[in-house]
Amino acid sequence: MSDVKNMDRREFVRLLGGGILVTVNLGPLTLFNSSAEPAAQGRGYPEDINAYLHIAEDGQVTLYSGKIEMGQGVMTSLCQMAAEDLGVGLEVMHIVMGDTDTCPWDMGTFGSLTTRMFGPAVRAAAARARMVLMDMAAERLGASRDSLSVRDGVVYVTGDRDRSVSYGALARGQAITHEVDEEAVLRAVRDFTVMGQSPLRMDGQEKVTGAAKYAGDIRLPGMLYARVVRPPAHGATLIRVDTSGAEAMPGVTVVNQDGMVAVLAADPETAERALGAVDAEFDQPDPTVDTESIFQHLVDSAPDPNTPEREGDLETGHRISARTFDHTYYNGYVAHAPIEPHTAVAEIRDGTATVWNSTQAPFGDQTAIARALGFQPENVRVMTPYVGGGFGGKTSGQQAVEAARLARITGKPVQVAWTRDEEFFYDTFRPAATIKFVSGMDEGGKLTLWDYQVYGAGARGSDVFYDVPNKSVRVYGEWGRAPAGMHPFAVGAWRAPAANSNRFAAEQQMDIMAAAAGMDPLEFRLMNTTDSRMLSVLRTIKEAAGWEARPAPAGSGKGRGVACGIDAETYVALVAEVTVDSGSGAVTVDRVVCAQDMGVVVNPEGARMQMEGCITMGLGYVFSEEIRFQGGKVLDQNFGTYGLARFSQVPEIETVLVPNDDLPPKGGGEPAIINMGAVVANAVFDATGARIHRLPMTPARVLEAIRSV
Amino acid sequence: MKEPISFTLNGEAITLETEVDRKLLWVLRTDLEKTGTKFGCGSGFCGSCTVLVDGVAVRSCITNLDFVRGKDVTTIEGLAAEGELHPLQREFLERGAYQCGYCTPGMIMNAHGLLQRNPRPTREEIVRGMENNLCRCSAYKRIIEAIEAYAGANGGGHE
Repeated sequence: MSDVKNMDRREFVRLLGGGILVTVNLGPLTLFNSSAEPAAQGRGYPEDINAYLHIAEDGQVTLYSGKIEMGQGVMTSLCQMAAEDLGVGLEVMHIVMGDTDTCPWDMGTFGSLTTRMFGPAVRAAAARARMVLMDMAAERLGASRDSLSVRDGVVYVTGDRDRSVSYGALARGQAITHEVDEEAVLRAVRDFTVMGQSPLRMDGQEKVTGAAKYAGDIRLPGMLYARVVRPPAHGATLIRVDTSGAEAMPGVTVVNQDGMVAVLAADPETAERALGAVDAEFDQPDPTVDTESIFQHLVDSAPDPNTPEREGDLETGHRISARTFDHTYYNGYVAHAPIEPHTAVAEIRDGTATVWNSTQAPFGDQTAIARALGFQPENVRVMTPYVGGGFGGKTSGQQAVEAARLARITGKPVQVAWTRDEEFFYDTFRPAATIKFVSGMDEGGKLTLWDYQVYGAGARGSDVFYDVPNKSVRVYGEWGRAPAGMHPFAVGAWRAPAANSNRFAAEQQMDIMAAAAGMDPLEFRLMNTTDSRMLSVLRTIKEAAGWEARPAPAGSGKGRGVACGIDAETYVALVAEVTVDSGSGAVTVDRVVCAQDMGVVVNPEGARMQMEGCITMGLGYVFSEEIRFQGGKVLDQNFGTYGLARFSQVPEIETVLVPNDDLPPKGGGEPAIINMGAVVANAVFDATGARIHRLPMTPARVLEAIRSV
Repeated sequence: MKEPISFTLNGEAITLETEVDRKLLWVLRTDLEKTGTKFGCGSGFCGSCTVLVDGVAVRSCITNLDFVRGKDVTTIEGLAAEGELHPLQREFLERGAYQCGYCTPGMIMNAHGLLQRNPRPTREEIVRGMENNLCRCSAYKRIIEAIEAYAGANGGGHE
């Protein structure tokens, strides 16, 4: 592992300003190690460690994390975890995030992995750091480690607080690295003083004052603002370009190299005008698929399926079913649409590239930039300021590669900041989905058959937690591995990828069966699962929502629905109440109650904020978000036609955290969004008797469904 | 064509020599390095570029610089006085009325403009007044609560 290019530990701790550096190599956490070894080659700092903490001479503690903060609050919750197991207060905690030079390698901030996968590494590192500090204190105080206690960064002899030494005092005059491989005991939930609390978020002050820096706020001397010539459609090729008009403009630099045509200027408005002066002609292929024909196209272009679940026999399932139900569900493409567009600032000096980047994957981007420049990865530093929303959409690194290439070509620092239409064009959309679902039940409403085929979306959220003896789940085209031609543009992970489509189908189908059985839909679910965590969230939501058992539909114009699911190892159930205007097809969501079992809750208010955000953001994809397109041409280019959820749609929201302290913390950033389609559709059914099989449920589609009842 | 233009920015007199048909957003972000005001959509749809001009919330991405000649411009940087958070900022902070924070300056400035016009808004008036500011993280619920709390603390008449 040793490499002359890599600084040694002594040099590394000196770089951090002296004090004590505690490093940990958490072998069993394969998420980090298995990928880290190849990925971390030649990174520029000791690479066999994957978590560390620095204790400075003034007692301030810094946690280094390859994760990034994009609104999910992990800056605070990671520090809470470190503080808890280190035995310090949150006020001495600092965190450096997403800096490839100083942070341990990390795959990326997505999949609700930060708390459930990186969190244990942080806690283990902090607990081991505490052990190191207690050993040092034991020597200093002439006492055994077992006789010592820690509180707020002070080690003292238990029962004799006068014999004490602070972490800062232990760190003074040191420039040492401790490597720890001894297991340390984590603090028990009942002893928590920092975890389980909801302190003010550490990013709050900067965010409410406008001081928070995002990639686009970085200013470097001589920096140029770039605009890149873009094709009118995916699949289009540049056949002719005339940049003479831009070249004639004072202060404008034109780049036309290796397929990239860009204009740069000292201010963004001049760059914009220069782009307008470029005359480019593209050859566009004829569109073969559009917003309406995509659903059949997904089926026609499907690769062979993966089969994540198979049990029993479908023929038997059909034979023993008293009734079967055959429905198809559709979900369109949606955009990530973070309010901060993809932005990067790159500077190349002395053979080293530094890139400030709006990204969820700084280490992946480091590799991509290095490859594009022909640099060694250790000569590329990606730093991640605050990220203005990601939702799975900031992982490609395209803007960072563009900025780095332009910085190299022009010899000046360069900012690439996408406009809103570039954002809509290059987004890796949530894939459209077609879901064919045949299910069956016996006379008593017990499930007998689950024949589930999903095209385009992927597997997540298709897991069958109901008890069904005969089931088959086939997944045609996972979002990350779809064959060429299946989607007319790039698709990617969108907040709980695939789960929003899969739960829309599965939880409506459950409702359809409950109604056919003449049963209350919540009771029908309780009757068909023995999963104890699912039973627990369903019973909790029943109580919290004040749910009275009765079959749907009520058909009164007002309705309620229930839906449940599992995401990121978190169990979630929701109840929604709606009012439907049968004249216009407009649906108002009046109330949403959400119960979530996410194991130990690190920061309850932070968890609730994520649940509220999921519920409200979800109303966008439920009612209005849909990318319209003709072939590779994306027709929606701004928020005038692409409808995000707004203030007037915010329902009354109640969140319930189901206590489960026996389970380590699970994901919180995504679970509550996965059922929004089904829970609203089920409530619309209760209100009207009409079933909505396609998202988004625009007023026109709701009206059509009502009229066909 | 460049020409001199004077206005007040966060209480400070400013004179620039520039083209007055430029958009206020870029003058703030580029010339004056007030980067708290954000670009979101460039077309006035999202409100992340909202600033106050003579106490009225405007979308700086579609506002010509000429419009602010001789007027008072307030950006998010001008709201906290001498390091003390404005009470509206404090409500946003304490109620967690933000997530990624990118739309937050625009949210606070738009709310500030709304409250100057109507110090005691009902919930419905808050929703109507904020409707065209977009938050993709969808922290709307807590933003409404923060504005209500501020208005209530100021003797607001809602509920």
